[in-house]
Amino acid sequence: MKQQIIVSGIGGQGALFVTRVIAQAAVDQGIPVLTSETHGMAQRGGTVISTIKVGSFASPLIRTGQADVGLLLWENNLSVHRPLMKSDGVLVLNAAAAGEGIRLDASAIARKLGNAVLANLVLLGCAVRHNALFCDEQACIAAITRLAPERFVDQNLQAFAEGLHG
Amino acid sequence: MRETSTQLMMGNEAIAGGLLEAGCQLAAAYPGTPSTEILQSIINHRDQAAAPLHVEWSVNEKVAFEVALAASYTGKRTVAIMKQVGLNVAADPFMRTAYLGTVGGMVTIVADDPGPHSSQTEQDTRLFCLQARVPVLDPSSPAEAKAMIGPAYALSEKYRRNIVLRPTTRVCHSRQSVAVGAGTVAGHPSRFEPDPGRWCATPAFLPALHAGLNADLEAIAREPEWQPRLTPGDGSRAGMAIVAAGIAYAHLVDLLADLGLAGTIDLYQVVMPYPLNPDFLAHLRSDYQRVLILEETYPVIELQLAHPGAVGKQTGAVPRVGELSPDTVQTVVSEFLGLPQPQAPPPTPRGQRPSLCPGCPHRAAFYTIKQTFPDGIFPSDIGCYTLGMNLGAVHTVHCMGACISQGAGFFQAYRLDGGDFPTIVVTIGDSTFFHAGIPALINAVLQQARIIVVILDNATTAMTGGQPVPHLGIAAGGQLTKAIAIEPLVRAAGVEFLQVCDPYEGATFAEVLRQADRHIRSAEGSVAVIISRRPCVMDPVAKKNRVSLTMSINDDCAGCGICVSEFECPALSLSEELGMAVIDQDRCIGCGTCVDACPTQAIEIEEER
Ligand code: SF4
Ligand code: SF4
Repeated sequence: MKQQIIVSGIGGQGALFVTRVIAQAAVDQGIPVLTSETHGMAQRGGTVISTIKVGSFASPLIRTGQADVGLLLWENNLSVHRPLMKSDGVLVLNAAAAGEGIRLDASAIARKLGNAVLANLVLLGCAVRHNALFCDEQACIAAITRLAPERFVDQNLQAFAEGLHG
Repeated sequence: MRETSTQLMMGNEAIAGGLLEAGCQLAAAYPGTPSTEILQSIINHRDQAAAPLHVEWSVNEKVAFEVALAASYTGKRTVAIMKQVGLNVAADPFMRTAYLGTVGGMVTIVADDPGPHSSQTEQDTRLFCLQARVPVLDPSSPAEAKAMIGPAYALSEKYRRNIVLRPTTRVCHSRQSVAVGAGTVAGHPSRFEPDPGRWCATPAFLPALHAGLNADLEAIAREPEWQPRLTPGDGSRAGMAIVAAGIAYAHLVDLLADLGLAGTIDLYQVVMPYPLNPDFLAHLRSDYQRVLILEETYPVIELQLAHPGAVGKQTGAVPRVGELSPDTVQTVVSEFLGLPQPQAPPPTPRGQRPSLCPGCPHRAAFYTIKQTFPDGIFPSDIGCYTLGMNLGAVHTVHCMGACISQGAGFFQAYRLDGGDFPTIVVTIGDSTFFHAGIPALINAVLQQARIIVVILDNATTAMTGGQPVPHLGIAAGGQLTKAIAIEPLVRAAGVEFLQVCDPYEGATFAEVLRQADRHIRSAEGSVAVIISRRPCVMDPVAKKNRVSLTMSINDDCAGCGICVSEFECPALSLSEELGMAVIDQDRCIGCGTCVDACPTQAIEIEEER
């Protein structure tokens, strides 16, 4: 099992949390995993990217054209991070307008749930629905339950379910 | 003792776990990306420490280093933690420690930032260590970084020398499954033995200490634990080898596996780039005609190797600037092995630039400063507020604390020309002020620099995620300590004009700025200080207490875009479709500070929400 995933967004959108959820799902299945994350200045609303490499790898970074899956929380990042994707890689985007890849207005759904930041888990649910990821619904639910602060678990699971059931 | 298990851990958390398991009893740090989470994680897990533990966010890196150093003199295991430019601040005690040595294990963790991603240089701590003559370790993953800590303490104690661990951003901010809870080392009772010939070493003692250092370095270079690790090739590329260190080694391993070339060439991972074993260097020189060296950021191994057949940064085979990305490694390795070159990645746009958070008090302060003194000179400093650049209210950013002395330097230069001088408004964060601003302020007063210093007091070290600052009276573990207020420090530095102001009150803030300007231009004028005080919007308490306004933009909006370009709140943008400004309600926190930025009064406060 090998899968290379990117999570792209802007600082404040919770890209880091989705990254941890996916990585935790791998750990729970006993698959080795490596991630890399953006911290520091870029977290102040700038473009951020996490990479997740599931399977036996040594380096956390992904070469151009090697990503199997791309979760984009910020549509405008497409031109920045598109080159990392394989030509047949699966793109899942948080976007209101039509275009390339699997698209879902995750922000709108999250807003209805009362918090735009939940778009991150809505989008994750959508990716799982389309079988884009190595991990399934149960694995994600377990990881979210483990990683989310206790008082946010229900809300987070709800957001994930919204994306999952479309 | 805890049970052994594996956990998904960030590199910095793994390092913290290694320190706790190794019986580290004193950890001192100043926050800085990418090193910050190491001490944060020690704080979060301090209940797991086997021995009593003192943890502190020191006021700066020099102080952190010296505290950890003296505690090591008593026999305790200690650590000082900083980012690479923090070592510049701690350089003075660091260099002398190489000669004088330590007693209890001392490790200095210096996190480098090739790229750089979040730093003012991409300097290489390994080269710093070569100059300082301090052994340095270069881990290639979180798990490896953690595994190095215990042996690093053992090495430090065997030779009574400070040892540096140098992770880079990609190690610090990677996550990996890491084994934890392997066992813990008990603490040491404190016993300081005075030894004036060592701890006070005057020049008379230094030649002997220097000779001792040289002898130890020779021995350390041959320590079995820290020898380069060979993955032999199958002989198909005889006479060729690749030598790699740090994360570049990890990129290389993945690349060779991907290309189906694993095990076809001799591969050396260097885990201790300084001091290198002379036998290893001789072996490379005599047994290989061609050697490729992959290392970040400067040619430290390459310089020591001095092999005519070696290629790397010195020869230009490896780019001399920036991070060694997996793509770059592929290009370089393909060239070295005579493989077809990969397609060059297409040039990509840079993406969204970072900006101050919606509602950030710094934005309001910068906007007023810029509006009040359109022709001012604005030296600033390191922190979130560096992003005042986006508003045109930051003209220089150099290193921690430089802004006050730079402001004074600007003034002295203009004073020499006689006549009028521009208003110089220096902005410095509260944490930066304590770190290195105080001597600069004393100097500015002493030299009668007529400048305005605005201390942006948001009651936290915001850029690195909110570490406590000295005027809060909260220590690293959350326990209470003496609060050291800013005002008396400023007054004691001889400042006669001191005002405290809320940057959200734009009109009042502007008036105070004008008063300050009159003061610096008066006969008795000198440094004027304004404390711009309002908590960071990310602060959890401030978040809870915040009054949030519902904002809207009415039809008077002329679509001029002034609020977007001059005020630059990320929640404001110009809609080409509508021909007017729009507020992103997902991001707006309802601070109301943008109201003044609109020349047609189209930004309205609807109600409190
Ligand atoms: S974290 Fe705080 S100081 Fe930094 S930009 Fe946001 S509000 Fe401003
Ligand atoms: S009120 Fe104005 S300045 Fe404050 S967050 Fe909203 S748009 Fe930005």
